[in-house]
Amino acid sequence: MAYLDHAATTPMLDEALEAYVATAREVGNASSLHAAGRKARRRVEESRERVAAVLGARPSEVIFTGGGTESDNLAVKGIFWARRASVDRHRRVVSSAVEHHAVLDAVDWLGEHEGAEVGSLPVDPAGRVDPAVLRAELEAHGDRVALVTAMWANNEVGTVQPIGELAAAAAEYGVPFHTDAIQAVGQVPVDFAASGVSALTVTGHKLGGPVGVGALLLGRDVAATPVLHGGGQERDVRSGTLDTAGIVAFAVAVEAAVKSQQEYAARIAALRDDLVERVRRAVPDVVYNGDPVNRLPGNAHFSFPGCEGDALLLLLDAQGIACSTGSACSAGVAQPSHVLLALGADDDRARSSLRFTLGHTSSRDDVDALIAALPGAVERARRAAAYRTPR
Amino acid sequence: MRVLAAMSGGVDSAVAAARAVDAGHDVTGVHLALSRNPKTYRTGARGCCTLEDSRDARRAADVIGIPFYVWDMADRFHEDVVDDFVAEYAAGRTPNPCLRCNEKIKFAAVLDRAIALGFDAVVTGHHARLGADGLLRRSADLAKDQSYVLAVLTREQLDRSIFPLGDSTKAEVRAEAARRGLAVAEKPDSHDICFIADGDTRGFLAQRLGEQPGDVVDATSGAVVGTHAGAYAYTVGQRRGLHLDRPAPDGRPRYVLSITPKTNTVTVGPAEALEVSQVRAERPVWTGGPRPDGPIECEVQLRAHGDVSPATVALDGDTLHAELRRPLRGVAAGQAVVAYRPDPAGDIVLGSATIAG
Repeated sequence: MAYLDHAATTPMLDEALEAYVATAREVGNASSLHAAGRKARRRVEESRERVAAVLGARPSEVIFTGGGTESDNLAVKGIFWARRASVDRHRRVVSSAVEHHAVLDAVDWLGEHEGAEVGSLPVDPAGRVDPAVLRAELEAHGDRVALVTAMWANNEVGTVQPIGELAAAAAEYGVPFHTDAIQAVGQVPVDFAASGVSALTVTGHKLGGPVGVGALLLGRDVAATPVLHGGGQERDVRSGTLDTAGIVAFAVAVEAAVKSQQEYAARIAALRDDLVERVRRAVPDVVYNGDPVNRLPGNAHFSFPGCEGDALLLLLDAQGIACSTGSACSAGVAQPSHVLLALGADDDRARSSLRFTLGHTSSRDDVDALIAALPGAVERARRAAAYRTPR
Repeated sequence: MRVLAAMSGGVDSAVAAARAVDAGHDVTGVHLALSRNPKTYRTGARGCCTLEDSRDARRAADVIGIPFYVWDMADRFHEDVVDDFVAEYAAGRTPNPCLRCNEKIKFAAVLDRAIALGFDAVVTGHHARLGADGLLRRSADLAKDQSYVLAVLTREQLDRSIFPLGDSTKAEVRAEAARRGLAVAEKPDSHDICFIADGDTRGFLAQRLGEQPGDVVDATSGAVVGTHAGAYAYTVGQRRGLHLDRPAPDGRPRYVLSITPKTNTVTVGPAEALEVSQVRAERPVWTGGPRPDGPIECEVQLRAHGDVSPATVALDGDTLHAELRRPLRGVAAGQAVVAYRPDPAGDIVLGSATIAG
């Protein structure tokens, strides 16, 4: 099988898996006062320090969560509630138009149920938020903005945002800035303190850790109201028994991914560039989406004119090639990607898109397999498109 | 063969897909998303377009061990089946949406796309027999027989179709599903019309067509005997819910005899006036052998699960004439007349046509 969907999830690193299994064999609740509890607590705190060290945060700024969606919800809702509680006019939540649904839907929910005023930052055709656009937004509404959120790198088209500049703009207006860095950590340099962001989401399974564990890096001076109430285990902001084994494995994976980032990015970007070049040769009218330069090293995202992405996916899947059409909804029915639409693509181009993402286990063989299967699949998909559902 | 199994989430299509695998085919499962907003149909739905059905289909595919995808056919379904359904009622006819879905969606849009993607045929869980001789026959389970709603399929469509359940009874299919570990083994059968979740066809039509009050006229006397809120809500043969202001002079029950959209009139009359012995139908499809030049003797069925009558059938260009030996009641325009030739191996579908109004 050629697995070209590492942005969906990537295999666990051996060292993370071993750390997980070893820790999961030990008993102990990190909140218990006895020796077993203290041992678990020690593992959690060591992990917190490791994560903090490689991501440029203080240990006290690391809040372990159940993964990316929880971290995003905590940041968006938690910071909104805290800001509104302190100053009532802080009711505007501003997000980029290309956010993941974990952010977008949380923002929309605040709009629908909490009286939030929702603002959206458009992107350019490459998927980038112009810092001047954010400045204009803040100039117009700055005194009402509770929170700005913009992802570090886009999960679909791979575009890397000018996070430092965006965070600086928000800071000028005294507005907290959250970034969903789920796709970025381990792929591009990410430093919490140096970036100037107030909150940052990271998750385990996109970088070689387990699914179901992640963190929100939350600046010490940034208030957030809890989403989950209970024992208050994590800074009284997040409750729930700490997942010691998951946290240990997560920390091992984050550390490994960040430490090897430069070497990894060079190798994978070269492989990706080769993939892009060969896809272009195989399908000359293909459209390469996203920012050609400021993009994740493992991401290649294309529109195949005249094809339906889900037909292509089926045909490639039948030949053992795993890729993605982008976001899928609950019934498994492909909707045109809001990211592609935000880039200015029309419905047809959005629906003709396919994402190939490389990761730490990728090799030239994967690219070879794709290139061998792609031309035939594109030809068939084009014929099948004559029978596409009219919209 | 590379075959595409349409999987509704019910027990029949799950077993059909499993049998196709056993028969040595390379099977891919597809669930057709037919509802524009599946979430609204989540509860109380008896159809085949809810999220739960989609999950059931996926689980069945997992158990069978085949790839599974969801195809969004909602827009096509709404245009070709739902809108058509409403328009047919508005025109005073009585459509059969399952038949239309087979004709336009399952064995057209889905089949065409499957062929283009490199599949050789479509597999469904319909209860009908389609063997090596290419003839479509009634199911071994006459109570579940679906040959009537498949009789609209053309030769080309039948040649690309596989119905693995035709020789089995529903009880056998359920038992086999349980043996195969398919969780849908005990799932209740779907009834009624899948896109009318609460089963209230009249309400569904009223929402789309609005109130259109008109007269209910007695066929014998010509007198106005009541009013109706919309002629579309009536079907030929209907007795209940007529809300007549006065009883018929002979004191006997009245039935809907015809609907005239032009004058927005519903005509009622005694039961015997319902009896029809001549049927004219349009757009014939003939798959049970060569198209006959002259009149032939066969049996006809005029509604799903309806009675059959011996008849003489003749084709004349784009028209089918049937002379019924035994008159049938409740013959509604828009339904199909299906001609069968009795056969010990299962009655053979000769052809079908749409009853003209």
